[in-house]
Amino acid sequence: MEFVYDFSEILLGTCRDVLPIILLITVFQLFVLRQSIPHLPRLIVGGVYVVLGLALFLAGLEKALFPLGKIMANQLSDPAFIYGAGEIVTHADWKAYGWVYLFAAMIGFATTIAEPSLIAVAYKANEVSAGTISSWGLRITVAFGVAFGISLGTFRIITGTPLYLYILVGYLVVIVQTLFAPKSIIALAYDSGGVTTSTVTVPLVAALGLGLASTVPGRNPALDGFGLIAFASLFPIITVMGYAQIMHWRTKR
Amino acid sequence: MIISIILKKLQQAIKDLLPIILVIAFFQIVVLRQPLPQMGEVLFGALLVVAGLTLFVQGLEMGLFPIGESMAHALARKGSLFWLLCFAFALGFSTTVAEPALIAVAAEAADIASKGGLIESSQESQKQYAFGLRMSVAFSVGLAILIGVMRIIRGWPIHYLIIGGYGVVMLMTIIAPKEIIGIAYDAGGVTTSTITVPLVAALGVGLASTIRGRSPLVDGFGLIAFASLLPMIFVMGYGLIVFG
Repeated sequence: MEFVYDFSEILLGTCRDVLPIILLITVFQLFVLRQSIPHLPRLIVGGVYVVLGLALFLAGLEKALFPLGKIMANQLSDPAFIYGAGEIVTHADWKAYGWVYLFAAMIGFATTIAEPSLIAVAYKANEVSAGTISSWGLRITVAFGVAFGISLGTFRIITGTPLYLYILVGYLVVIVQTLFAPKSIIALAYDSGGVTTSTVTVPLVAALGLGLASTVPGRNPALDGFGLIAFASLFPIITVMGYAQIMHWRTKR
Repeated sequence: MIISIILKKLQQAIKDLLPIILVIAFFQIVVLRQPLPQMGEVLFGALLVVAGLTLFVQGLEMGLFPIGESMAHALARKGSLFWLLCFAFALGFSTTVAEPALIAVAAEAADIASKGGLIESSQESQKQYAFGLRMSVAFSVGLAILIGVMRIIRGWPIHYLIIGGYGVVMLMTIIAPKEIIGIAYDAGGVTTSTITVPLVAALGVGLASTIRGRSPLVDGFGLIAFASLLPMIFVMGYGLIVFG
């Protein structure tokens, strides 16, 4: 019964969330373009699917993805699991968290390699570069980039070092790469940063970071918990440009 | 016919989730050697996530994507800069408001902020904080798409804008309250997933193919890059107002 009540509340919220899109379509189609809306019944059925699907997704998220990310973070960084039972730990030793780094890297790699938007980007990169960039090679490089990025992000949470330092260094790398990368790939590479973080990955990775920040001694979720997604969207930019550069250089020789 | 489509979509959704399931199973069985707590609930939730995403994407492909693409093309051809820019802003704004990952992360951020004592712990103030976060992100994505469209029309080189944006992000980081920085940096990656990317990409490629001298493959890209950069700046601005 409680579930039904919760679900109807979520459903009401999602109706409000898609309202701007409905407004956008009606106003522009009817008043700016002055055309009737084509395939209206189909659009309405699609709209009902969108609202229902969004509500189901959000309800499932609360029960599965968020708890899952937190449970994994809690278990892998549990002081009893890491330092042995009975130890009292006040300072986190970053060397003891090997399994956390491995888990973060594997989640990053696994979710990126199968990501549909990345497959599309890789295909277009192949086209833009006239075949010098292979789409498989690019996908694997980006997946390694994301894996390394999220893993480094968990290292940052465990050590509590400031996020902006890492991002600043990342930006500097991007700027230097921009100077040397083939011109045609630059816009595509910048786009790939936003593309790799999908709807399923984001909540899972966010929960992993927040869970870590609440179990690692001396960390505060409000200050240290976020930032993993920022790593996951910065590293693809670096890896796409890097890969394009290496391939460009190799074909030139 | 419909059932076979749904089955196919479901298969796709399960294929997308499979890598995550394999990684988690490996860690539970080999490394942690304990069963997952609340297994039943997590499985039920995962089922809802798969079903929800399947329906959601199916609905988008049936209705929103075709009409969004045809509108983007029609407006690009119409040649009125004013309406094109209005459309760009409205498209970025409205698709971000409905973005599932953003709804989820904003709610989580509000929860963390209230537990950390940054905002009042009442339901009302949590909702308000999450809503404020989402509105700042949606507004900034709208603005980002508008700037991106201007860039495609005028043919500005993208890297000056992006590098300039990086500079602003770093300047904002100095003055923004440190509680907002993590979520602000994350906001960039969160905004651009299921709905925004295909529609915005259609707008960019449509525009680049109607303007003479622009190549859709080279100039059509770059909209998403702005949409992941500006939210960082605006969420830090929101933090200045709320916590500052």
